[in-house]
Amino acid sequence: MAGELVLLDFWPSPFGMRSRIALAEKGIPYEYREEDLRNKSDLLLQMNPVHKKIPVLIHNGKPVCESVIQVQYIDEVWHDKAPLIPSDPYQRAVARFWVDFVDKKIYDLGSKIWKTKGEEQANAKKEFIECLKLLEGELGDKTYFGGESLGYVDVALVPFYTWFYAYEKCGDFSIEAECPKMIAWVKRCMQKESVAKSLPDQEKVYEFVLQLKKLFGIE
Amino acid sequence: MAVVKLFGAWLSPYCYRVIWALKVKGIAYEYIEEDLSNKSPLLLQYNPIHKKIPVLLHDDKPICESTVILRYIDEIWPQNPLLPADPHERAVALFWIKFADDKSPLISKLFRTDGEEQQAVAKECFEMLEVLEEHALIGGKKFFGGDEINMVDIAFCSVAHWLGVIEDFAGLKIFEPHKFPRLNSWIQNFKSVPVIKDNLPDTDKMLALLKRRREMLLASKSS
Repeated sequence: MAGELVLLDFWPSPFGMRSRIALAEKGIPYEYREEDLRNKSDLLLQMNPVHKKIPVLIHNGKPVCESVIQVQYIDEVWHDKAPLIPSDPYQRAVARFWVDFVDKKIYDLGSKIWKTKGEEQANAKKEFIECLKLLEGELGDKTYFGGESLGYVDVALVPFYTWFYAYEKCGDFSIEAECPKMIAWVKRCMQKESVAKSLPDQEKVYEFVLQLKKLFGIE
Repeated sequence: MAVVKLFGAWLSPYCYRVIWALKVKGIAYEYIEEDLSNKSPLLLQYNPIHKKIPVLLHDDKPICESTVILRYIDEIWPQNPLLPADPHERAVALFWIKFADDKSPLISKLFRTDGEEQQAVAKECFEMLEVLEEHALIGGKKFFGGDEINMVDIAFCSVAHWLGVIEDFAGLKIFEPHKFPRLNSWIQNFKSVPVIKDNLPDTDKMLALLKRRREMLLASKSS
Protein backbone atom coordinates (compact mmCIF):
# COMPACT_ATOMS: atom_id res chain seq x y z
CA MET A 1 0.00 0.00 0.00
CA ALA A 2 2.81 2.41 0.87
CA GLY A 3 4.58 2.22 -2.45
CA GLU A 4 6.95 5.05 -3.14
CA LEU A 5 6.08 8.19 -1.21
CA VAL A 6 7.95 11.49 -1.56
CA LEU A 7 7.11 14.82 0.05
CA LEU A 8 8.54 17.93 -1.63
CA ASP A 9 8.56 20.50 1.13
CA PHE A 10 10.22 23.55 2.70
CA TRP A 11 10.96 23.36 6.42
CA PRO A 12 9.15 26.53 7.67
CA SER A 13 6.02 25.96 5.56
CA PRO A 14 2.97 25.44 7.80
CA PHE A 15 1.29 23.79 4.81
CA GLY A 16 4.09 21.24 4.48
CA MET A 17 3.90 20.61 8.23
CA ARG A 18 0.27 19.49 7.83
CA SER A 19 1.26 16.61 5.57
CA ARG A 20 4.25 15.73 7.77
CA ILE A 21 1.93 15.40 10.78
CA ALA A 22 -0.65 13.32 8.88
CA LEU A 23 2.01 10.90 7.65
CA ALA A 24 3.59 10.67 11.11
CA GLU A 25 0.22 10.08 12.81
CA LYS A 26 -0.30 7.09 10.57
CA GLY A 27 3.30 5.89 10.83
CA ILE A 28 3.81 5.98 7.08
CA PRO A 29 7.44 6.02 5.91
CA TYR A 30 8.28 8.54 3.20
CA GLU A 31 11.17 10.44 1.68
CA TYR A 32 11.33 14.10 2.69
CA ARG A 33 12.94 16.36 0.11
CA GLU A 34 13.81 19.94 0.98
CA GLU A 35 13.19 22.40 -1.87
CA ASP A 36 15.18 25.58 -2.38
CA LEU A 37 12.35 27.93 -3.32
CA ARG A 38 14.73 30.31 -5.10
CA ASN A 39 15.87 27.40 -7.27
CA LYS A 40 12.95 25.00 -7.63
CA SER A 41 13.72 21.47 -8.75
CA ASP A 42 12.61 20.16 -12.14
CA LEU A 43 10.59 17.56 -10.26
CA LEU A 44 8.60 20.22 -8.39
CA LEU A 45 7.91 22.17 -11.58
CA GLN A 46 6.84 18.97 -13.31
CA MET A 47 4.63 17.72 -10.46
CA ASN A 48 2.95 21.08 -9.75
CA PRO A 49 3.03 22.96 -13.06
CA VAL A 50 0.01 25.13 -12.19
CA HIS A 51 1.25 26.67 -8.93
CA LYS A 52 4.89 25.52 -8.74
CA LYS A 53 4.50 25.41 -4.96
CA ILE A 54 5.26 23.07 -2.09
CA PRO A 55 4.15 20.88 -0.52
CA VAL A 56 3.70 18.23 -3.19
CA LEU A 57 3.04 14.63 -2.17
CA ILE A 58 4.14 12.14 -4.81
CA HIS A 59 2.67 8.65 -4.43
CA ASN A 60 3.90 6.04 -6.89
CA GLY A 61 4.92 8.82 -9.25
CA LYS A 62 1.55 10.60 -9.13
CA PRO A 63 1.37 14.07 -7.56
CA VAL A 64 -1.15 15.33 -5.01
CA CYS A 65 -1.00 19.12 -4.61
CA GLU A 66 -2.49 21.41 -1.93
CA SER A 67 -1.94 20.51 1.72
CA VAL A 68 -5.61 20.02 2.70
CA ILE A 69 -6.08 17.69 -0.26
CA GLN A 70 -2.92 15.78 0.75
CA VAL A 71 -4.23 15.28 4.29
CA GLN A 72 -7.55 13.99 2.91
CA TYR A 73 -5.76 11.72 0.44
CA ILE A 74 -3.47 10.31 3.16
CA ASP A 75 -6.51 9.72 5.39
CA GLU A 76 -8.37 7.89 2.58
CA VAL A 77 -5.53 5.70 1.35
CA TRP A 78 -4.32 4.78 4.86
CA HIS A 79 -7.77 4.72 6.42
CA ASP A 80 -7.11 1.86 8.83
CA LYS A 81 -4.82 3.80 11.15
CA ALA A 82 -5.46 6.98 13.18
CA PRO A 83 -8.41 8.40 11.19
CA LEU A 84 -8.24 12.18 10.96
CA ILE A 85 -11.47 13.01 9.19
CA PRO A 86 -14.78 12.26 10.97
CA SER A 87 -16.84 9.36 9.65
CA ASP A 88 -20.16 11.13 10.23
CA PRO A 89 -21.02 13.28 7.17
CA TYR A 90 -22.27 16.24 9.22
CA GLN A 91 -19.23 16.24 11.52
CA ARG A 92 -17.12 16.00 8.39
CA ALA A 93 -18.83 19.08 6.95
CA VAL A 94 -18.21 20.97 10.20
CA ALA A 95 -14.52 19.97 10.14
CA ARG A 96 -14.18 21.03 6.49
CA PHE A 97 -15.82 24.36 7.28
CA TRP A 98 -13.26 25.10 10.01
CA VAL A 99 -10.30 23.98 7.90
CA ASP A 100 -11.59 26.33 5.19
CA PHE A 101 -11.81 29.08 7.85
CA VAL A 102 -8.18 28.47 8.89
CA ASP A 103 -7.12 28.58 5.23
CA LYS A 104 -9.02 31.81 4.55
CA LYS A 105 -7.84 33.71 7.60
CA ILE A 106 -4.82 32.55 9.59
CA TYR A 107 -2.00 32.60 7.03
CA ASP A 108 -2.94 35.92 5.40
CA LEU A 109 -3.56 37.72 8.70
CA GLY A 110 -0.34 36.31 10.16
CA SER A 111 1.57 37.47 7.08
CA LYS A 112 0.18 40.98 7.48
CA ILE A 113 1.35 41.03 11.12
CA TRP A 114 5.00 40.46 10.23
CA LYS A 115 5.00 42.34 6.92
CA THR A 116 3.25 45.58 7.87
CA LYS A 117 3.30 48.32 10.48
CA GLY A 118 1.02 50.97 11.94
CA GLU A 119 -2.70 50.81 11.33
CA GLU A 120 -2.54 47.91 8.86
CA GLN A 121 -0.65 45.80 11.38
CA ALA A 122 -2.96 46.82 14.23
CA ASN A 123 -6.03 45.77 12.21
CA ALA A 124 -4.41 42.47 11.27
CA LYS A 125 -3.56 41.73 14.93
CA LYS A 126 -7.10 42.50 16.03
CA GLU A 127 -8.67 40.29 13.37
CA PHE A 128 -6.11 37.52 13.99
CA ILE A 129 -7.04 37.37 17.69
CA GLU A 130 -10.76 37.45 16.82
CA CYS A 131 -10.25 34.44 14.51
CA LEU A 132 -8.33 32.52 17.18
CA LYS A 133 -11.15 33.26 19.65
CA LEU A 134 -13.70 31.86 17.17
CA LEU A 135 -11.55 28.74 16.89
CA GLU A 136 -11.38 28.54 20.71
CA GLY A 137 -15.18 28.63 20.67
CA GLU A 138 -15.29 25.71 18.26
CA LEU A 139 -12.78 23.75 20.38
CA GLY A 140 -14.88 24.28 23.52
CA ASP A 141 -13.98 21.80 26.25
CA LYS A 142 -12.68 19.15 23.88
CA THR A 143 -9.13 17.85 24.16
CA TYR A 144 -8.63 18.32 20.45
CA PHE A 145 -10.83 19.71 17.67
CA GLY A 146 -11.13 16.05 16.63
CA GLY A 147 -12.43 15.08 20.08
CA GLU A 148 -10.31 12.58 21.99
CA SER A 149 -7.82 12.20 19.17
CA LEU A 150 -6.10 14.50 16.69
CA GLY A 151 -8.36 15.41 13.78
CA TYR A 152 -8.45 17.27 10.50
CA VAL A 153 -8.79 20.74 12.05
CA ASP A 154 -5.99 20.07 14.56
CA VAL A 155 -3.64 19.01 11.77
CA ALA A 156 -4.59 22.03 9.64
CA LEU A 157 -4.18 24.59 12.45
CA VAL A 158 -1.37 23.49 14.77
CA PRO A 159 1.48 24.18 12.26
CA PHE A 160 0.73 27.91 12.44
CA TYR A 161 1.84 27.78 16.10
CA THR A 162 5.43 27.62 14.85
CA TRP A 163 4.93 31.14 13.47
CA PHE A 164 3.27 32.58 16.62
CA TYR A 165 6.56 33.64 18.21
CA ALA A 166 7.50 35.54 15.01
CA TYR A 167 4.05 37.21 14.92
CA GLU A 168 4.37 38.17 18.61
CA LYS A 169 7.85 39.66 18.20
CA CYS A 170 6.93 41.56 15.04
CA GLY A 171 3.55 42.67 16.35
CA ASP A 172 4.61 43.27 19.95
CA PHE A 173 1.76 41.35 21.56
CA SER A 174 1.14 38.09 23.40
CA ILE A 175 -1.09 35.49 21.81
CA GLU A 176 -1.22 33.42 25.01
CA ALA A 177 -2.48 36.40 27.00
CA GLU A 178 -5.39 36.86 24.58
CA CYS A 179 -6.07 33.21 23.77
CA PRO A 180 -4.95 30.95 26.65
CA LYS A 181 -7.24 28.09 25.60
CA MET A 182 -5.63 28.05 22.16
CA ILE A 183 -2.13 27.80 23.64
CA ALA A 184 -3.28 25.10 26.07
CA TRP A 185 -4.58 23.13 23.07
CA VAL A 186 -1.26 23.65 21.25
CA LYS A 187 0.64 22.26 24.24
CA ARG A 188 -1.57 19.17 24.27
CA CYS A 189 -0.88 18.66 20.54
CA MET A 190 2.87 19.09 21.08
CA GLN A 191 2.77 16.17 23.55
CA LYS A 192 2.11 13.96 20.56
CA GLU A 193 5.24 12.67 18.89
CA SER A 194 3.73 13.01 15.42
CA VAL A 195 3.29 16.74 15.99
CA ALA A 196 6.48 17.44 17.96
CA LYS A 197 8.77 15.80 15.42
CA SER A 198 7.04 17.42 12.43
CA LEU A 199 7.28 21.03 13.60
CA PRO A 200 10.41 23.21 13.57
CA ASP A 201 11.45 25.34 16.50
CA GLN A 202 9.68 28.72 16.82
CA GLU A 203 12.98 30.57 17.27
CA LYS A 204 14.27 29.13 14.00
CA VAL A 205 11.09 30.29 12.23
CA TYR A 206 11.54 33.77 13.75
CA GLU A 207 15.13 33.92 12.44
CA PHE A 208 13.82 32.91 9.04
CA VAL A 209 11.18 35.69 9.16
CA LEU A 210 13.91 38.21 10.04
CA GLN A 211 15.85 37.07 6.99
CA LEU A 212 12.74 37.47 4.84
CA LYS A 213 12.17 40.97 6.20
CA LYS A 214 15.74 41.89 5.24
CA LEU A 215 15.25 40.37 1.79
CA PHE A 216 12.04 42.30 1.16
CA GLY A 217 13.38 45.47 2.72
CA ILE A 218 10.77 45.47 5.48
CA GLU A 219 11.70 47.34 8.66
CA MET B 1 -38.45 12.46 5.60
CA ALA B 2 -35.69 14.95 6.31
CA VAL B 3 -36.33 18.51 5.28
CA VAL B 4 -33.84 20.23 3.01
CA LYS B 5 -33.78 24.03 2.78
CA LEU B 6 -31.48 26.26 0.79
CA PHE B 7 -30.86 29.92 1.64
CA GLY B 8 -29.62 31.59 -1.51
CA ALA B 9 -29.51 34.68 -3.71
CA TRP B 10 -30.62 34.41 -7.35
CA LEU B 11 -27.55 36.21 -8.70
CA SER B 12 -24.94 34.13 -6.87
CA PRO B 13 -23.00 31.43 -8.74
CA TYR B 14 -22.25 29.76 -5.38
CA CYS B 15 -25.99 29.34 -4.83
CA TYR B 16 -26.43 27.72 -8.25
CA ARG B 17 -23.66 25.24 -7.50
CA VAL B 18 -25.85 23.86 -4.72
CA ILE B 19 -29.08 23.98 -6.75
CA TRP B 20 -27.54 21.94 -9.56
CA ALA B 21 -26.12 19.35 -7.15
CA LEU B 22 -29.52 18.89 -5.48
CA LYS B 23 -31.26 18.58 -8.85
CA VAL B 24 -28.68 16.14 -10.29
CA LYS B 25 -29.41 13.90 -7.30
CA GLY B 26 -33.17 14.44 -7.44
CA ILE B 27 -33.42 15.93 -3.95
CA ALA B 28 -36.50 17.99 -3.11
CA TYR B 29 -35.75 21.21 -1.27
CA GLU B 30 -37.31 24.47 -0.20
CA TYR B 31 -35.59 27.56 -1.56
CA ILE B 32 -35.45 30.75 0.47
CA GLU B 33 -34.31 33.89 -1.34
CA GLU B 34 -32.20 36.19 0.84
CA ASP B 35 -32.03 39.94 0.37
CA LEU B 36 -28.27 40.41 0.81
CA SER B 37 -28.71 44.07 1.74
CA ASN B 38 -31.05 43.01 4.56
CA LYS B 39 -30.05 39.56 5.76
CA SER B 40 -32.63 37.57 7.67
CA PRO B 41 -32.13 36.72 11.36
CA LEU B 42 -32.29 33.04 10.38
CA LEU B 43 -29.36 33.38 7.95
CA LEU B 44 -27.29 35.19 10.59
CA GLN B 45 -28.16 32.46 13.07
CA TYR B 46 -27.21 29.63 10.68
CA ASN B 47 -24.01 31.27 9.39
CA PRO B 48 -22.76 33.51 12.20
CA ILE B 49 -19.12 33.31 11.09
CA HIS B 50 -19.40 34.49 7.48
CA LYS B 51 -23.06 35.66 7.33
CA LYS B 52 -23.20 34.55 3.68
CA ILE B 53 -25.27 32.44 1.34
CA PRO B 54 -25.56 29.68 0.35
CA VAL B 55 -26.52 27.85 3.54
CA LEU B 56 -28.00 24.38 3.34
CA LEU B 57 -30.24 23.23 6.15
CA HIS B 58 -30.63 19.46 6.46
CA ASP B 59 -32.70 18.20 9.38
CA ASP B 60 -32.28 21.67 10.96
CA LYS B 61 -28.48 21.35 10.76
CA PRO B 62 -26.78 24.17 8.85
CA ILE B 63 -23.94 23.59 6.42
CA CYS B 64 -22.04 26.64 5.11
CA GLU B 65 -19.59 27.30 2.25
CA SER B 66 -20.68 26.04 -1.17
CA THR B 67 -17.85 23.51 -1.64
CA VAL B 68 -18.45 22.07 1.86
CA ILE B 69 -22.16 21.86 0.99
CA LEU B 70 -21.45 20.11 -2.34
CA ARG B 71 -19.31 17.47 -0.65
CA TYR B 72 -21.96 16.95 2.04
CA ILE B 73 -24.68 16.50 -0.58
CA ASP B 74 -22.47 14.04 -2.50
CA GLU B 75 -21.88 11.98 0.64
CA ILE B 76 -25.44 11.94 1.99
CA TRP B 77 -27.02 11.16 -1.42
CA PRO B 78 -24.51 8.96 -3.28
CA GLN B 79 -26.59 8.51 -6.47
CA ASN B 80 -25.13 10.25 -9.54
CA PRO B 81 -21.77 10.77 -7.79
CA LEU B 82 -20.10 14.14 -8.28
CA LEU B 83 -16.54 13.06 -7.45
CA PRO B 84 -14.39 10.19 -8.76
CA ALA B 85 -14.16 7.07 -6.57
CA ASP B 86 -10.40 6.59 -7.10
CA PRO B 87 -8.45 8.51 -4.40
CA HIS B 88 -5.91 10.02 -6.78
CA GLU B 89 -8.49 11.06 -9.37
CA ARG B 90 -10.50 12.55 -6.53
CA ALA B 91 -7.44 14.49 -5.35
CA VAL B 92 -7.04 15.91 -8.86
CA ALA B 93 -10.73 16.88 -8.98
CA LEU B 94 -10.45 18.57 -5.57
CA PHE B 95 -7.37 20.45 -6.80
CA TRP B 96 -9.38 21.99 -9.64
CA ILE B 97 -12.33 22.74 -7.36
CA LYS B 98 -9.95 24.61 -5.04
CA PHE B 99 -8.54 26.46 -8.05
CA ALA B 100 -12.08 27.45 -9.05
CA ASP B 101 -12.81 28.59 -5.47
CA ASP B 102 -9.60 30.63 -5.30
CA LYS B 103 -10.04 32.29 -8.71
CA SER B 104 -13.80 32.79 -9.09
CA PRO B 105 -13.81 35.96 -6.92
CA LEU B 106 -11.72 37.61 -9.67
CA ILE B 107 -14.79 37.57 -11.90
CA SER B 108 -16.92 39.59 -9.50
CA LYS B 109 -13.89 41.82 -8.81
CA LEU B 110 -13.99 42.76 -12.51
CA PHE B 111 -17.40 44.23 -11.89
CA ARG B 112 -16.40 46.13 -8.74
CA THR B 113 -13.28 47.80 -10.14
CA ASP B 114 -12.43 50.19 -12.94
CA GLY B 115 -9.45 51.79 -14.67
CA GLU B 116 -6.01 50.40 -13.90
CA GLU B 117 -7.26 48.17 -11.12
CA GLN B 118 -9.77 46.53 -13.45
CA GLN B 119 -7.05 46.03 -16.08
CA ALA B 120 -4.94 44.20 -13.51
CA VAL B 121 -7.88 41.97 -12.55
CA ALA B 122 -8.67 41.32 -16.23
CA LYS B 123 -5.07 40.17 -16.74
CA GLU B 124 -5.38 37.76 -13.80
CA CYS B 125 -8.65 36.42 -15.25
CA PHE B 126 -6.98 35.85 -18.61
CA GLU B 127 -4.15 33.95 -16.90
CA MET B 128 -6.68 31.80 -15.06
CA LEU B 129 -8.34 30.89 -18.39
CA GLU B 130 -4.92 30.07 -19.85
CA VAL B 131 -4.24 27.64 -17.01
CA LEU B 132 -7.59 25.91 -17.56
CA GLU B 133 -7.02 25.68 -21.29
CA GLU B 134 -3.50 24.32 -20.92
CA HIS B 135 -3.80 22.05 -17.89
CA ALA B 136 -7.36 21.18 -16.95
CA LEU B 137 -9.07 20.18 -20.15
CA ILE B 138 -6.47 17.95 -21.75
CA GLY B 139 -7.49 14.55 -23.06
CA GLY B 140 -10.39 15.71 -25.23
CA LYS B 141 -12.99 15.19 -22.49
CA LYS B 142 -16.46 16.62 -22.94
CA PHE B 143 -16.62 17.70 -19.31
CA PHE B 144 -14.13 17.88 -16.44
CA GLY B 145 -16.10 14.89 -15.13
CA GLY B 146 -15.70 12.91 -18.38
CA ASP B 147 -18.96 12.10 -20.18
CA GLU B 148 -21.11 13.61 -17.44
CA ILE B 149 -20.69 16.79 -15.42
CA ASN B 150 -19.23 16.49 -11.95
CA MET B 151 -18.32 18.80 -9.07
CA VAL B 152 -15.44 20.34 -11.03
CA ASP B 153 -17.73 21.42 -13.89
CA ILE B 154 -20.18 22.84 -11.35
CA ALA B 155 -17.36 24.69 -9.56
CA PHE B 156 -16.33 26.50 -12.76
CA CYS B 157 -19.82 27.86 -13.44
CA SER B 158 -18.62 31.46 -12.99
CA VAL B 159 -16.40 31.00 -16.02
CA ALA B 160 -19.23 29.41 -18.03
CA HIS B 161 -21.93 32.00 -17.39
CA TRP B 162 -21.07 34.89 -15.07
CA LEU B 163 -17.86 35.92 -16.84
CA GLY B 164 -19.65 36.53 -20.16
CA VAL B 165 -22.33 38.69 -18.54
CA ILE B 166 -19.79 40.80 -16.64
CA GLU B 167 -17.65 41.17 -19.77
CA ASP B 168 -20.71 42.43 -21.70
CA PHE B 169 -21.58 44.79 -18.89
CA ALA B 170 -18.07 46.21 -18.51
CA GLY B 171 -17.24 46.26 -22.22
CA LEU B 172 -14.32 43.87 -21.74
CA LYS B 173 -13.15 41.03 -23.94
CA ILE B 174 -11.13 38.55 -21.91
CA PHE B 175 -12.52 35.25 -23.14
CA GLU B 176 -12.25 34.85 -26.91
CA PRO B 177 -13.38 31.47 -28.29
CA HIS B 178 -10.54 31.18 -30.82
CA LYS B 179 -7.95 31.74 -28.07
CA PHE B 180 -9.50 29.12 -25.80
CA PRO B 181 -10.91 26.34 -28.02
CA ARG B 182 -11.06 23.64 -25.33
CA LEU B 183 -12.64 25.99 -22.80
CA ASN B 184 -15.09 27.19 -25.45
CA SER B 185 -16.22 23.61 -26.16
CA TRP B 186 -16.59 22.96 -22.46
CA ILE B 187 -18.72 26.10 -21.96
CA GLN B 188 -21.05 25.12 -24.84
CA ASN B 189 -21.33 21.55 -23.54
CA PHE B 190 -21.87 22.64 -19.93
CA LYS B 191 -24.61 25.12 -20.77
CA SER B 192 -26.37 22.51 -22.93
CA VAL B 193 -26.80 20.05 -20.05
CA PRO B 194 -30.55 20.19 -19.24
CA VAL B 195 -30.20 20.66 -15.46
CA ILE B 196 -27.82 23.59 -16.10
CA LYS B 197 -29.68 25.10 -19.04
CA ASP B 198 -32.99 25.05 -17.17
CA ASN B 199 -31.49 26.58 -14.04
CA LEU B 200 -29.41 29.61 -14.99
CA PRO B 201 -30.15 33.22 -14.09
CA ASP B 202 -31.53 35.22 -16.99
CA THR B 203 -28.77 37.36 -18.55
CA ASP B 204 -31.00 40.40 -19.19
CA LYS B 205 -32.11 40.42 -15.56
CA MET B 206 -28.50 40.04 -14.50
CA LEU B 207 -27.35 42.96 -16.66
CA ALA B 208 -30.14 45.17 -15.32
CA LEU B 209 -29.22 44.38 -11.72
CA LEU B 210 -25.48 44.81 -12.37
CA LYS B 211 -26.18 48.24 -13.88
CA ARG B 212 -28.18 49.31 -10.79
CA ARG B 213 -25.52 47.98 -8.41
CA ARG B 214 -22.75 49.68 -10.36
CA GLU B 215 -24.58 53.00 -10.16
CA MET B 216 -24.94 52.57 -6.40
CA LEU B 217 -21.26 51.65 -6.08
CA LEU B 218 -20.11 54.74 -8.01
CA ALA B 219 -22.51 56.96 -6.06
CA SER B 220 -21.14 55.72 -2.74
CA LYS B 221 -17.52 56.11 -3.94
CA SER B 222 -17.97 59.73 -4.98
CA SER B 223 -19.97 60.83 -1.92
